[in-house]
Amino acid sequence: MASVFGAKVGGSTPRRPARGRGSSLREWRWRDRIVLLAAWAAGLMLCVVAGAIVLYMAVRGIEYLRPKLLIERPQVSLTQNGSGGFLDPLLGTLLLTAIGMAIATPLAVCTALWIVEYGRPTALARLVESSVEVVAGTPDIVIAIFGLAVFELGFLGPLSSSAPNGLVVGRSFIAAGAMMSLIALPPLFVATRDGLQAVPQHMREAAFSLGKTRIATIRRVLLPSVRPNIATGATLGISRIIGDTAIVVLLLGNTLRLEGQGQVPGWSILRGTGSSLTSYVFYNSPAGEGRAPQKAYAAAFLLLAFVVALNWLVGRIGGSRASGGMSGPMLAP
Amino acid sequence: MSTYPTILDTQPEAANEPGHGREGSFGPTLVPPARPLASVSTLNPEQPLARPEETVTVGVPPVRTIVVDRAPVPVAPPAARESIRLSSAPGPERLTLEQVSVSYGPKQAVNSVSLPIHQGEVLALIGPSGCGKTTLLRTLNRLTELTPSSARSGRVLIDGEDVDGMPDTRLRARVAMVFQQPNPFPMSIFDNVAFALREQSRKRPNRRALEPQVIDALKRAALYDEVCDDLSRPALRLSGGQQQRLCIARAIALRPEVLLLDEPCSALDPISTGVIEDLIHELRRDLAVVIVTHNLAQARRVADKVAFMYMGDLIEYGTTQQVFEEPRATRTRDYVQGAFG
Repeated sequence: MASVFGAKVGGSTPRRPARGRGSSLREWRWRDRIVLLAAWAAGLMLCVVAGAIVLYMAVRGIEYLRPKLLIERPQVSLTQNGSGGFLDPLLGTLLLTAIGMAIATPLAVCTALWIVEYGRPTALARLVESSVEVVAGTPDIVIAIFGLAVFELGFLGPLSSSAPNGLVVGRSFIAAGAMMSLIALPPLFVATRDGLQAVPQHMREAAFSLGKTRIATIRRVLLPSVRPNIATGATLGISRIIGDTAIVVLLLGNTLRLEGQGQVPGWSILRGTGSSLTSYVFYNSPAGEGRAPQKAYAAAFLLLAFVVALNWLVGRIGGSRASGGMSGPMLAP
Repeated sequence: MSTYPTILDTQPEAANEPGHGREGSFGPTLVPPARPLASVSTLNPEQPLARPEETVTVGVPPVRTIVVDRAPVPVAPPAARESIRLSSAPGPERLTLEQVSVSYGPKQAVNSVSLPIHQGEVLALIGPSGCGKTTLLRTLNRLTELTPSSARSGRVLIDGEDVDGMPDTRLRARVAMVFQQPNPFPMSIFDNVAFALREQSRKRPNRRALEPQVIDALKRAALYDEVCDDLSRPALRLSGGQQQRLCIARAIALRPEVLLLDEPCSALDPISTGVIEDLIHELRRDLAVVIVTHNLAQARRVADKVAFMYMGDLIEYGTTQQVFEEPRATRTRDYVQGAFG
């Protein structure tokens, strides 16, 4: 300390200018200049690609998107004009999201709670965590074909549609929604677990020291504090479900319209087949059978708008958390 | 600025004296700067409370000028405190520690401590860092059990009843605790106190039924007057000192018999500290208070009895006056006089 202050303040040595981003590029080494250039180029290129996707889809989408497309049912037709709207795929996407999240949210939150708050025996906790990682890393087409194998089992017949001769086809909203929950589970689990781990230990001790049980602490203190984390994870999960195609094609039957199965209203829809926006885009794209690329562009734009809106929502939740959540005024009184 | 020449004049002499080598080595830091340092004022620049002649700049590292802008909070003068202290006879023995030892794995944190804790008096646990005082405090409401590696032997009795024989939730309702860091729950002020009062049974009392108890607790914690206009405000919006008083309100809402305070003022400013110390004085009439503190002056101000711990051992236990003025053990004397710690 003595030498530092003695030399700097007492002496007349001039301060050396700090080298940083502010100093002239000419003083930089060649290697630094190249890396800087590469970093700029990579960033700009990403911006250009993202901008191109959004702009192209917006231009084409807005060109073909008409309000009546949202309320008309699709038709099988040889001409673009006769192919109707995409009400059924839209409803299919919403229904799949609802079923997937209804299964994934309690599963993911309970698993995260168990891992963080109990987590014993440790070996089992580690096994559970790596299982979630395996599920997170599995390609959706693999999950889909596994789901097909499961729901084709005879005793699960009531949950899906079956052929007139009684053969279980294994395709339904329930089957697809159940497998969708698997791809929504990992982000939800990770967000909840990280949120719980970020709750300071003295928060739990405060509740315990008031004579509260572990369950009361979880219900009244921990879950309310991680609500923003759960919301973030749920939004990420929803955007994954909305964007998935493989599970829809394999497990939802990919029929253009919602085809009910059985007589019970409501339940027949859940047992029946249908399509989603993603499979509708695939079907109508030049690669598919529908041959209505205008409809494909309109639906793709709608899909993109959903996902962008959800991403914006994630940002909003994160932002509100930083200003008023656990890590805010409490740690800096 | 007139301080510099004087310090500079004395510096060479100090450096030459063999006994002052420590001061001498810091000598170069006192070399005056080439240009005067800007004095930083934390207050509104439109109201210059610090006149230039009052500005005292010490040493060479940039120093924030300290301006006393508020009169200190009136606290009970020492004489008045002494009279309160003498008038309050110690009440019945609430907690009894018999040969309590705590270890974390192979590390022995507390070694065979025996202590009585009476209602109506404040017991301060003092000692250097890592001496086991916080562990001992957390043993009293069995919070150490949350650490998987901890093990305890010996007995802790509350009103003659062994704490191991009762459910930990019931014990903790009778032995409440306030922590070093103010830790209100992320809910409203009202709910923070009501959370403590609500039973864990299926039937939860509604807001109206709880209101008198919540207000009473806030009043006893000397917080009600500051927050009474809006009890539904988020507790995290309160200041640090208010948050800590809310935590005390939450702890005493259950009408516990013992209140444990783990360095309750170490994260607070002097004014909030004064308010909380006065509060501790008030509270000890109905409660036994155990306070862990690093701050010897605070122990002297608030405590009736002091227990000095060192390396897990209880070295000395006695009245505040005796421990601070006529300590029996050499280590106690060295510690209270500041020789180590």
